[in-house]
Amino acid sequence: MDSNPKENIIEEVTNKDYEFGFVTDIETDLIPKGLSEDIIRLISNKKEEPEWLLEFRLKAYRHWLTLKQPTWAHLTIPPIDYQDIIYYAAPKQRKAKSLDEVDPELLATFDKLGISLDEQKKLSGVAVDAVMDSTSVKTTFQETLSKHGIIFMSFSEAVKQHPDLVKKYLGKVVPYTDNYFAALNSAVFSDGSFCYVPKGVRCPIELSTYFRINAANTGQFERTLIVADEGAYVSYMEGCTAPQRDENQLHAAIVEIISEKDAEVKYSTVQNWYPGDKDGKGGIYNFVTKRGICRGDNAKISWTQVETGSAITWKYPSCILKGDNTVAEFYSVAVTNNWQQADTGTKMIHIGKNSRSTIISKGISAGHSQNGYRGLVKVVPEASNCRNFSQCDSLLLGDQCGAHTWPYVECGNDSSILEHEATTSKISEDQLFYCNQRGIPTEKAIGLIVNGYAKDVLNKLPMEFAVEAQKLLSITLEGSVG
Amino acid sequence: MLLNIKNLHVSIGGKEILKGFNLGVNEGEIHAIMGPNGTGKSTWAAAVTGREGYEITEGEIWYKGQNIVGMPPEERANLGIFLSFQYPVEIPGVSMQNFMRTAVNAKREYQGLPPMSMIEFTKMMKQKQAMVEITEKLQNRYVNVGFSGGEKKKNEIFQMAMLEPELSILDETDSGLDIDALRIVANGVNQLHNEHNAFVVITHYQRLLDYIVPDFVHVMYDGRIVKSGDKKLALELEEKGYEWVKELNL
Repeated sequence: MDSNPKENIIEEVTNKDYEFGFVTDIETDLIPKGLSEDIIRLISNKKEEPEWLLEFRLKAYRHWLTLKQPTWAHLTIPPIDYQDIIYYAAPKQRKAKSLDEVDPELLATFDKLGISLDEQKKLSGVAVDAVMDSTSVKTTFQETLSKHGIIFMSFSEAVKQHPDLVKKYLGKVVPYTDNYFAALNSAVFSDGSFCYVPKGVRCPIELSTYFRINAANTGQFERTLIVADEGAYVSYMEGCTAPQRDENQLHAAIVEIISEKDAEVKYSTVQNWYPGDKDGKGGIYNFVTKRGICRGDNAKISWTQVETGSAITWKYPSCILKGDNTVAEFYSVAVTNNWQQADTGTKMIHIGKNSRSTIISKGISAGHSQNGYRGLVKVVPEASNCRNFSQCDSLLLGDQCGAHTWPYVECGNDSSILEHEATTSKISEDQLFYCNQRGIPTEKAIGLIVNGYAKDVLNKLPMEFAVEAQKLLSITLEGSVG
Repeated sequence: MLLNIKNLHVSIGGKEILKGFNLGVNEGEIHAIMGPNGTGKSTWAAAVTGREGYEITEGEIWYKGQNIVGMPPEERANLGIFLSFQYPVEIPGVSMQNFMRTAVNAKREYQGLPPMSMIEFTKMMKQKQAMVEITEKLQNRYVNVGFSGGEKKKNEIFQMAMLEPELSILDETDSGLDIDALRIVANGVNQLHNEHNAFVVITHYQRLLDYIVPDFVHVMYDGRIVKSGDKKLALELEEKGYEWVKELNL
C-alpha cells in the first residue's frame, strides 16, 4: 500500500484543469495601455457619454491618484503596474438589436459557457445580459421586461436611455471615495448591467448578467446598479469566467444595490474567474466592492455568493440597514485551492430600529491556499432591538492550507442581540472511507461531503444556479483530501 | 470459493496485528468470527475492505477469483464486498437519499449500467427501509446525523439491502443494541441471505448467533484463527470464557 496517499491525492487536485480557459478569436477594439486623463476621456468618448459622467470619472481618477493600494487584507499581492493595463477592450461589433446581428463567434463563446442568448430556446425564463470584456453583447428578454416597466440593460445603454435614473443612483451606495479599487472603477468602468424595477412590480423572471474576460492584458471594470423601488422585488444572478493566461488580470468591479421601502433584492453570484495554474501562475485579481442599502423601512437585501475562482479575491458584499425593520442576509461559500488567496466577508451596518441581519459563511481551503473571512457587524446607538446572527465555518482539506477568521463586532446599543458561532473542521479519513466502502470514489466523496457542508448556502441559490454551483464545488476540489 | 484468505499478515504503523490469518468462505455460508478485544477482528475487516493505513506485508486475499490486495476500497465495494461498520460515520448535510443514490449509481457505473431512475430508486428505498423496520422518513435525514445507536445499525443493514453485496462483513453490529433492535437487524440479514451471498459476522457474544445462525464459528486470538467449528463452538466459548482461547493458542 502507498505510504502517503494523501499527498498524492493533493497532487492530483493541482493537476485539475480550468474548464473555461479557452480564448475566443475575435477582432477586438483596444485602446492604448495605461491610465491618464486622456485615456479616461477616450473611454468616455468611445461610449458617447454625457459630460456629467465624464466629470464623475475624472473626479474619481483625481481622487484615485491620492490613494494607495490597501495593504490591510491578509493577502500577498504582487505589485500591479497600473500603466501596463489596457482599460478598454470591446469585441468589434455594435450592440445588436436582434440575435441575427450578433457575431456568431460571440454566440458560440457564450454557448460554450452554457449561456444561451437565443430567446427562442430559452425556456428557463432567465433574462441574460452578456458582457464580453468591456461591453455588453446582448441582453435577452428586453421586451417581456419592458411590459412590466422593468429596465434591464447594459450600463452604457442605460446612460443613454435613462440618464436621470443612472445619475440619481450612481455612486450613492459606493461613492468613488470609498476605497482604492472603487475609485479606480469609477474612473474607468466600461460597462455592466443596470436594472430598475418600478414601484410595486415583482420581476417575473430571474435577471442574470454573465461576465467574460477575453482579451489579453486588459482589465475588466464593470459596474452593476440594481434599484428596486418601493414594494418591488427582483432576483438577480451574476456569473463570470476568463481564459487561462500566464499573466494576472485585474478585475475591479462595483455593484450597488438600492432597496427602497418594502422592496426586496436577491443577489446571487457564482464567481469562477480563472484561478491561476497549479503553481500559482496567472489568474484573475478580483478586487470588488459590493454594497447594498435597505433604504426604506422593511426593505430586504440578500447576498448569496459561491466563490471558487480568482487568484486573489478581495470582496466584502455588505449591507447598510438604514430603514426600520429592514432585513439583510449574507450567505457565502468560498473555496480556495492550490495557491489561491481569498480575503472575503461582509459588513452589516445596522442604523434602522429592529433591523435584522444573518451571516452564514463557509470557507473551504485546500492545497496551499489561504482563505479568510473578514466581517463587521456594527450597530449604531440609535438602532434599538437589532438582531444579528453570524456563523463562520471553515473546512480544511490537507495540511498546507490556511483558514482565518476576523469577525469584528461594534455594538453601540444595549437592546440589540448579536450572536456569533464559528467552527473549524477537516474532512475526516473516517468519512472518506465510509463513502469508499459504499463504492463511492474519493473524488466523488469529497464533492458529496463539501456540498453537504455548504448546503445551507447552496439552498439559498436560485435553482439554475444551485446545480451549477454544486458541480463547480466538486470540480474545484476534485481529489483533495484532508 | 467466494473469499479465500491465505496467510494474511497485516501491520498498522509497523506493528503486526494479523499474523497468518486463513479463512475460506463459500457462497451461501454464514461465518462467525469471535474472540476477545484486541485480537485483530476489526483489523481483519479493514484489511479485506481495503482501508488506508493497513499494510499487508504478506499473504493474499482472493475474492471472486482475483487477489484484491492493493485494490482501492471503492472497487472492492463495487465488486460486492460490504462492511457494516462498528461505528457508522456521520456526514452532515448529505441526505441518505443522495448518499445512497450516489452509491447505487457508482456501482451501476462500475458494472456498465446506466444510472437508476429516480422513480425506481425511490421505490427501492421504500422497500428496503421496510425490511429493517425504519418507519420514519429516512431520505431527507443526513447520513447517521442524530441517529440513535440502534438506528445507526439498522441504517447499516438498510444500506446492505440497497447495495445487494455478495460478501457482507458485520463488525460488531450487535454492540450497543437492545434486544428489539438486535432482532430487527438479524431479521434483515436473514431475509437478505441466500445461496449466492455470504456473511461474516464479527461478534463478542454468542447472543447474536441465536438470531443469525452461523454455519461456521471461528475463534480468533493474537492475529489468527485458533479454532474453528460449528455453532456449538460459540456456546462452548461462552461457557468456558476467553481464558480458554488463550490456552488454545499455546
